[in-house]
Amino acid sequence: MTQWRDTAFTTDVTACGRDFCLARLRDMLRIRRLEERCAQLYGDGKIRGFLHLYIGEEAVAAGVMPHLAPADNVVATYREHGHALLRGVAMNAIMAEMYGKREGCSRGRGGSMHLFDRATRFYGGNAIVGGGLPLAVGLALADKLAPRPGCVTACFFGEGAVAEGAFHESLNLAMLWRLPVIFICENNLYAMGTALARSESQIDLTKKAASYGLPTGHINGMNVLAVYEAAKQAVAYVREQQAPFFLELHTYRFRAHSMFDAELYRDKAEVERWKQHGPIHTFTDKLKAADMMNEADFERLDGEAEAEVDAAVAFAESGTWEALERLTADVYTPAGGVAA
Amino acid sequence: MTQTTYREALRAAHREALQRDPRVFIMGEDVGRYGGSYAVTKGLLDEFGEARIRDTPLSELGFVGAGIGAAIGGMRPIVEVMTVNFSLLALDPIVNTAAAMRHMSGGQFSVPVVIRMATGAGRQLAAQHSHSLEVWYAHVPGIKVLAPATLEDARGMLWPALQDHDPVVMFEHAQLYNLEGDLDDPPPTVDIEHAAVRRAGTALTIVTYGGSLPRAFAAAQALAGEGIDAEVIDLRVLRPLDMATVIASVRKTHRVLVVDEGWRSCSLAAEILAQVGEDAFYELDAPLARVCSEEVPIPYAKHLEDAALPSPSKIVAAARRLVPGHA
Repeated sequence: MTQWRDTAFTTDVTACGRDFCLARLRDMLRIRRLEERCAQLYGDGKIRGFLHLYIGEEAVAAGVMPHLAPADNVVATYREHGHALLRGVAMNAIMAEMYGKREGCSRGRGGSMHLFDRATRFYGGNAIVGGGLPLAVGLALADKLAPRPGCVTACFFGEGAVAEGAFHESLNLAMLWRLPVIFICENNLYAMGTALARSESQIDLTKKAASYGLPTGHINGMNVLAVYEAAKQAVAYVREQQAPFFLELHTYRFRAHSMFDAELYRDKAEVERWKQHGPIHTFTDKLKAADMMNEADFERLDGEAEAEVDAAVAFAESGTWEALERLTADVYTPAGGVAA
Repeated sequence: MTQTTYREALRAAHREALQRDPRVFIMGEDVGRYGGSYAVTKGLLDEFGEARIRDTPLSELGFVGAGIGAAIGGMRPIVEVMTVNFSLLALDPIVNTAAAMRHMSGGQFSVPVVIRMATGAGRQLAAQHSHSLEVWYAHVPGIKVLAPATLEDARGMLWPALQDHDPVVMFEHAQLYNLEGDLDDPPPTVDIEHAAVRRAGTALTIVTYGGSLPRAFAAAQALAGEGIDAEVIDLRVLRPLDMATVIASVRKTHRVLVVDEGWRSCSLAAEILAQVGEDAFYELDAPLARVCSEEVPIPYAKHLEDAALPSPSKIVAAARRLVPGHA
């Protein structure tokens, strides 16, 4: 049975080429700048509710998402801004959703935790830990039965979900029925404030997946090239074999769990240590060291990301509020309304 | 006319749905090889094969959640859960995903899943197989709740439920499966919107649903012998409630008694009576009344179980208290 470790993949930037590497850097910068602005807007009171930032974990979405085709499905968690963005949901629609505006990708009904987009088959934005896994299994079952051969469902979740029954039930069903799901565990070491070792008797999460017969991979989630290579092979496996795969990506969240988190459960020194492995600056350094990119290139990519964020904020600011008369709209499907 | 049972009528409805729509499939515990824990799906595995009649592990959260996902993915799943008690293990996907999905996605994703389950007491199965928790589901915006209580509804409700774009939870009272009778051939089509007046009467309105309908009929018959002509309404749909039919009857009889196998506190009976009080208070000639289950986990011993449940004699006694000269 497949059980990959980090060493299985090349992370040589020169082998990947300049255009490819800049594209990955650009993807990560778009997420980073979007979320930094979100944090600022939260402070300004423009964004409310819960806001969970992905800052530090960008290499995961940036490494996985390029392998997914338009007909594939994506299921994510409440820390999903980056996944939605790289899946192709417009930053404007994401920002407007955070503002609670009608122009948001969920018409202001979802907010930060519930980004949805039919056009890109982005199925949330699920804020029950583990809740996305049975959903992903069902989407893959629909693909199998329809049938739509070759489709893949990518299901992102944190390591906290591994403690939920939904994780175990879903992996069992996916393997039992040979469903094309790639389970992507973003292991950032803390389930809100509880460290993995404080809550799990077995902290090698791949063993749990392997116990259901899934092939597994354990990858450094701070290295976008390692993630890219691993995801490439894992997605190809799922697509060709029409069977599930479990990928654990070791990563770290640089910011608090949410904007309400005082971070009393981890040392500042630990956070600083992990920041040394930050996916954006380490990748940037490598590209510069290999003479594949200079500071001007970085400034250009970064400037483009900032400009996109500026435009998204302007779009959200100029957005409109849903009419109160529509408060109870879309609780049920209207007669003759859009079917699933 | 064909002689049939509630169970056979359900099975015929499933067979028809599988034949008419290739997107329909059934999954649940023991629905295939075993033939269904209440034998509703017996024989369907041989007829339709493993892909469409799917035995699941004992993973209510997992397979109900997967049914919801498959519905969003374009299929029309029928998910069978053995009993409403077990369905509590799947409350998360039903309430947090299926019911909320359309609204929280801004109208982008509907969830056309049908989730069926047995409900109710009366077979000495005690406190973890006997409860009537329909109201837990009827509380939740975004889902529709059905309670077929007749052969016509057992035969007819499944197809319109599958045509509905939204999640439908269907409750089958375990004591109804052996209900026998004649069904028109071809079977009548039914809606999943309206309550039905099952017995016309003038003296009081008895509102009920599911497994309590036969008890209400028995009570109405006994009351008729005493000169009390009861109207019996079968709610059929527990969410959204068809209160127009109930209120129209109350305007005629001016007395209302709700029979509900759920526990009394925070029950469907409480909701129905509150709405009657809000919308037809000045029509009433007697206090609002209800017969519900006693507030106890359903006990095993026969005499205790019987005492905990609504019965024809309890319904008759409650009805007499509403009608002058019979108290």
